[in-house]
This record gives sequence, C-alpha cells and structure tokens, in this order.
Amino acid sequence: MIYEVPETVDSAVALLSGATGSARILAGGTDLLVQMKSGVVEPDLVVDIKRIDGMKSITQEDGGWRIGAAVSGAEMGEHEALCGAWPGVVEAMELIGSTQVQGRATLAGNLCNASPAADSVPAMVAAGALVRVAGPDGVRDIPAEDIPVSPGKTSLAKGEFVTSVFLPARPAKSGDAYLRFIPRTEMDIAVVGVGVSLTLDEAGTCTAARVGLGAVAATVLLVEDAAAALIGTKVDDAALDKLAAAASAACKPIDDKRGTIAFRTHVAGVLAKRAAKIALTRAQS
Amino acid sequence: MSQIHVTTKINGDTTEYLCDPEETLLDVLRDRLGLTGAKEGCGTGDCGACSVTVDGRLVCSCLMLGAEADGSEITTIEGMAEGEKLHPLQQKFLEHAALQCGICTPGILVAAKSLLEKNPSPTEEEARYWLAGNLCRCTGYDKIIRAVMDAAEEMRRAS
Repeated sequence: MIYEVPETVDSAVALLSGATGSARILAGGTDLLVQMKSGVVEPDLVVDIKRIDGMKSITQEDGGWRIGAAVSGAEMGEHEALCGAWPGVVEAMELIGSTQVQGRATLAGNLCNASPAADSVPAMVAAGALVRVAGPDGVRDIPAEDIPVSPGKTSLAKGEFVTSVFLPARPAKSGDAYLRFIPRTEMDIAVVGVGVSLTLDEAGTCTAARVGLGAVAATVLLVEDAAAALIGTKVDDAALDKLAAAASAACKPIDDKRGTIAFRTHVAGVLAKRAAKIALTRAQS
Repeated sequence: MSQIHVTTKINGDTTEYLCDPEETLLDVLRDRLGLTGAKEGCGTGDCGACSVTVDGRLVCSCLMLGAEADGSEITTIEGMAEGEKLHPLQQKFLEHAALQCGICTPGILVAAKSLLEKNPSPTEEEARYWLAGNLCRCTGYDKIIRAVMDAAEEMRRAS
C-alpha cells in the first residue's frame, strides 16, 4: 500500500486517476480503517486529503455553509453558527459513533461510505445539500441523494472525490430535524432514520419542505409525497398524518435482525411526524 | 515497501519514527515506541481501549494511521501522571476501585481527562454519554462514573 498526502485538489485527482490498483480516500478513516482491518478492502493507494486547503474548514458562502470533506463531527458540533443554521444536519452527524469516532468521522465520509443506514445522509438530503465533486474533468456539484447508488457503492467515477458538502441558504422561518430509531440510547446503527426540513411564510403556512428517509431502502430516499403533504398546510395534525402515510408508503425495507419490514415501515411514519414537529418548532423560533 | 518518516510530539517530547503505510497509530505507539498503555481491545473503534488525543481531540488510535500523525501532538496515558504524582482521575480510580482487569482503564482515563478539559462540571448523564465509546466488561460502569464525578469535583475545588 502506498500512502500519499497531496496538498492540492489537482494532485489528489492526478493520484486517484493514475492509480493502477484500488484506491481509497482517507479523511476521518473511521470506515476505511475498519474495512482495511477486516480485509474487506485492501487498497493499493490511500490518499489522505486532510492537508488540502479547505478540507478542514467550515465557511459561509452565498448565505449557505460549505463544510470541507475532512471536517469532523466534533468540529461541526462546536461551530455555533452552523448549529444555528442547520441543527438537523448537525444533530444527525453527532449521532454517529462515540466521542472518539466524532473526533475523526466526517459528513462527506458518511455519505461516500454509502451505507443505507448512514445517519447524516437523510438529514443532508432533507437539507438539499449539494456535494462538490472534483475529478479529471473538473468540478461538479450534485445533490447528496445522487451519491449513493447501492449499499457500499457511489456514483463517483475513477479519479473523483468529494471535496465539500454545501448546505444552501434558506429563508428565515426555516427549520430542520433528524430522528432515528435504535433499540438503545447511543452507539448503534439506525433501524430507521428521518430528516425533515421545512420553511414557513409569515402566516405560518409551510411553503417548502424536503423529507429524507434512511435505513428503509437500499439507498437514502427523497420522499416528495411526504414533502407535498406538508406544503400549503400549517403542519397541523391532518398534514402530519398524511406525511406519516407518505413516508411509510415510500419504504422498501428488508427484514433483518435490527427490524422487520412491518416495524420499519410503521416507525418511518412515526419518526417523520416527530421530526416534522421539531423542525416546525425550530422554524417558528 | 518504503517506510514513512514521521515527526510528532508525544506527551510533550518530540518523537520521530518510521512506520509502514498501513500501520495504525496504535501499533506504532505499542510496537515501535514501547508506549503500551493504549490497548487493542477490538481494533475497529468500538471499545475505546486505545484512546489517545491528537491535537487535543480524543480519538481511537486504532482508527488512525501512524503516517497521519506527522506534525501533530499526541497525548497518551503515559503522559497523565507527573512523575510519581498521579492525576486526580487516576487517584480517584484507585480510591473508588473503578477498575478490575484494567484493560479499559487507560482509555477511560484519557477519555475522562478529555471530557473534564472540555467540560469541568459534567452532569452524570454527560459523563456517561461522553464515555459511551469506552467499553468495560468488569465494573458495570458505576464505579467509573463515581470516580470521574469525584475527580471533577476535586479538580474544580483545586482550580
């Protein structure tokens, strides 16, 4: 294995493009090192991106927030302005693993690991996050939901890697929230995860919403019917019931040791309601 | 395969080592530098027995490559006592009998010290959540938490 520490995006792309064997990106390493230890991946090349300018920074841009690909969950949680702007995304990221894992794990890594149960991903999808991808053909910005294509697989081509995640500007009176179900209180993998982001007008009517579901399909789901159940309403009980029904209807889960199809389908609706209520409260405050 | 030359500061001392590219920081600490306080419990970031801080941040040294540590400052359990003088956390762990087999203890002490640096007055719940990534199969955790809370109080009084 060769370990490289490029200092520019271009040199990282050149290394990844020129790799003859398997290549992996190293940012926080909390998935990669586990996979290497278990022998699931045996990379010929590991490219550590942490010394590239911008990878460790959280910056405001056009009223939104750009989070570098190597920013840790702990750094996000300590950033007051980011927590104020996108509390749902930050709380989703902070649910991942232990304090130790939070010291290294990243938003971009959680997305690119492409686990269907990744906690931060439904929250990013709800937020309308745009992911910046650098590659041999330059830079492109793509929606977070277009990165994972199946468990463990992403849409990134050879030579490409994620350099940052952008959480766009949103109007005042907006709020987001993420909830997951796990059978204990900490340190577990989501059985169901739901992210909701919504915006209200002056009269308190919902004008925009996005709902992301995790762990109920092979990839994260952006559920447009669930968002439509909220838009144009005051997010009252009738709207929340419709939201829950739409979230449950979108589920295509598997039965496994962590939850049955019936349980996951039901819980997706329950959590969607609860997350929407939290997002609503945040939008009102 | 060529080895990688790394310069770090460990417990305040500038330290240089050569390591293989795939070698974890934990393996470097234990096998190359003789700092065997950090333990390998799981090797996959689940148990926290290998906890150290890197540039002030609590991490699992099994989830980091030795090569990544170039230019960073690391503290391990070996840097906790000052000579013969135990850190208050270490003293309280003895007084409360907060350890049995001792494998998890170095990691828990490093993690607890990191907690008290960030939050000198944690609630019991905050302490339990902070230490959720440090597994102990002997004590049932209560004695550990009592020791941490007692040490926190003593350190507040002393400061």
